[in-house]
Amino acid sequence: MDILATLRIALRALRVNKLRSGLTMLGIIIGVGAVITMIAVGGGAQARVEEQIRSLGSNLMIVIPGSTTAGGVRLGAGAAQGLTEDDAWAMMREIPSVQAAAPSQRGSGQIIAGNSNWSTSIQGVTPEYFEARDWPIVSGRGFEPAELAGAGKVAIIGVSTAKQLFGDTDPVDQQVRIRSVPFTIIGVLDRKGQSMIGQDQDDVVMVPLSTARNRLFGAPQGKLRRVGLITVKVRDGQDMKEAEERIRELLRQRHKLQSGAEDDFTIRNLTEILQAQEASSKILTILLAAVASVSLLVGGIGIMNIMLVSVTERTREIGLRMAVGARGRDILTQFLVEAVTLALIGGLLGTLAGIAGSAAVGQLAGWRTEMQPEAILLAVGFAAAIGVFFGFYPARKAARLSPIEALRYE
Amino acid sequence: MSESLIRTLALTKEYLVGEQTVAALRGVSVDIGAGAFVAVMGPSGSGKSTFMNLLGCLDHPSSGEYFLAGEKVSVLDNDALAVIRNRRIGFVFQQFNLLPRTSAQDNVELPLLYGGVAAAGRRERAIRRLTQVGLADRMHHHPAQLSGGQQQRVAIARALVNDPVLILADEPTGALDSQTSLEVMALLQQLNREGMTVVLVTHEPDMAAFASRVILFRDGRVVEDREQVPKDAVALLAQSRPAATQAA
Repeated sequence: MDILATLRIALRALRVNKLRSGLTMLGIIIGVGAVITMIAVGGGAQARVEEQIRSLGSNLMIVIPGSTTAGGVRLGAGAAQGLTEDDAWAMMREIPSVQAAAPSQRGSGQIIAGNSNWSTSIQGVTPEYFEARDWPIVSGRGFEPAELAGAGKVAIIGVSTAKQLFGDTDPVDQQVRIRSVPFTIIGVLDRKGQSMIGQDQDDVVMVPLSTARNRLFGAPQGKLRRVGLITVKVRDGQDMKEAEERIRELLRQRHKLQSGAEDDFTIRNLTEILQAQEASSKILTILLAAVASVSLLVGGIGIMNIMLVSVTERTREIGLRMAVGARGRDILTQFLVEAVTLALIGGLLGTLAGIAGSAAVGQLAGWRTEMQPEAILLAVGFAAAIGVFFGFYPARKAARLSPIEALRYE
Repeated sequence: MSESLIRTLALTKEYLVGEQTVAALRGVSVDIGAGAFVAVMGPSGSGKSTFMNLLGCLDHPSSGEYFLAGEKVSVLDNDALAVIRNRRIGFVFQQFNLLPRTSAQDNVELPLLYGGVAAAGRRERAIRRLTQVGLADRMHHHPAQLSGGQQQRVAIARALVNDPVLILADEPTGALDSQTSLEVMALLQQLNREGMTVVLVTHEPDMAAFASRVILFRDGRVVEDREQVPKDAVALLAQSRPAATQAA
C-alpha cells in the first residue's frame, strides 16, 4: 500500500474530528513552542556570556586594593597600603607565568571638543593594559615612552566617546580638553562592547598613567605611585590558580604582611567567573529545555490517548479493512502515520509558535534570545519521534485485532 | 475427483470460553464447485457463522483442511490469509460496513488499495464495478446519502472489484426491506449466472430459496445438504414492480 494513499487516509481521519485533532495537536504545539522558546532564551544568555568572554580577553585577573571583610572583622585603616605601580612591575619581573601586569587609575570627568562635551570614564594606563585586554588601537598610534614617562598630554579614545564628541569625523589629531587640560587625541580603540555588568566599555578615554596621576587626578604626595587596579594577563596554557597564588605571595611579601594577617588586596579571576557563568547558562538552557520537554511529553500522552479512543471507535472499520485484505502491518502503518501526522503538523505549528514566543520574550522581557536552527530540527524531530512512540501502542493494538471480533464490534 | 473451488475436510473449530472448550464446528467436509450458488442455513449457534469465517479466511480452523481454488489455505499465516482475502474473496455483510464520510468510489477502491493497484487503475476498476451494480450516478455520494439497498450495492461492487473467485454474503438482506432484499438477491443471482461462485449465509428460507444448493448446519455439523431449483429473483422483481408502481 503506497504511503501517499496512507497519508490521505490519515488526513481524512484527522479531518473527521477537527476539534479533537486540533486539541490534541495543541499539546504538541505548546510543547514544541515551549522547547524552542526556552532554548532560544537559554541560547541568548549563553551568547551574551560568550561575547563577554571574548570582549574581556582571555586568562584575565584583576587585583584591587583593600581587603575583604572576614568574619565581620576588618583591619584598621592605614594598615592597607594599597597597590602601587611597582607591584605590577614586580609581578611581571618575578612571576614567569604573568604575561602582562597593567597598573591603571580610573576616574571620570568632562571632555570638551569644540562645542560638544561628554562626561566619560577616564583611565590612566600603560601599554601593558592594551596587551592584557587584547584591545588593539584601530587608528592612530599608541603611547610613546616619552609620553608615558613625562605625563604627555595625549589621549586614546573609545569608539563610543569618539562618536559622541566627533560624530563621523576622524578624531585622531583633534584637540580636546579633559577636565580643562588640553589634550591631543592620538588614537582610537577597537570596539569592545558591553562589560559583564552591562557597561559600555567603548565609552572611555585612555591617557598615560603618569598623566592621569599628575595632571588629572592630582594624587597627594607620598602616594604618587598608587594605582586603583592592576590587570593581570596570565600566559596561555598556564594554570590560573597557581598564578593567583604566586601573585598573592608576592604582594603579601611586598606589603610586609605578617602571616595570619589578612590580605590588603583582592584578586578576582575574571575569566574564571565568566566561565562559571557560561557553564551555569549552559545548565540553564538544558534545564529550561528539560522543563519544556515535559510539556512535549504531555502532548505525546495526549496523542496516545486520542489514538486509543480512535482505535476503539473505528474497530469495525479496522475489521472491514482486514476483511478486504489489510494485513496487520497495513493497519499498524495507517495508525502510526496518523499519529505522526498529528505530531508533525503540531511540530511545525509549534515551531512557528516558538519563533513568535521567543520574539515576544525578547520584546516583553527585554531578554536576548538566540534562535538556533538545530533547536527547531531537534524539536520537530522530537515531536515526530513522540508521534511514533506514543502512536505505536494504539497502532499495534489496532493491528492485533481479530478481524472477526472487529467486524462484530458494536 | 472433480476440481472443487472450495473443499473442506473434517474442519473443526473450538473456542475457549472461560475454562471450557466449546466446539463450534465438529468435522465439516464440504465440496463446492465453481459457479455454484450455495445457501448456508442453520439456527444461531449451529456453527454456520464459524464455518463462514473459516471459508472467508478470517480465522484458522482447530483441525482439518481447507482448500480454496486448489490452494491449501488452512495452513497459511495471518498475512498470507489477508492476501487470500484480498485476491480471492469478496465479502458482503449484513451491516454493509462501508467507511463513513467516504465516497462510494473510494469505498469500492479500498480492496485495490491493499492489493497495491495504482491510483489510475483503482479508479477505472471502481467505476466499472459501480456501473455494473447500477450506481454510476452515485459514485461520489457518501454512504449517509445512499439508501440501504444502494449501500449494499456499493458493498457488492466493493466485493467484486478485485475479481474474486468467491463472494461470501453474510445475511446480506438482514437489514433491508423485502423489496430491496429482492433487488440484492437478483443482483447476486445475476452475478452467479455470469459464473461467480456465491456462498450466502442466511436464516431466512425466503432468501435461501434463490440458491441452487442448501447446506443446513446444526450443532456444528452439516445435517442436510440438498440441491434445489432456485427461485428466479429477477422474474419476481419484474412481477412486483407493477404492484409497486400501483401502490405509488
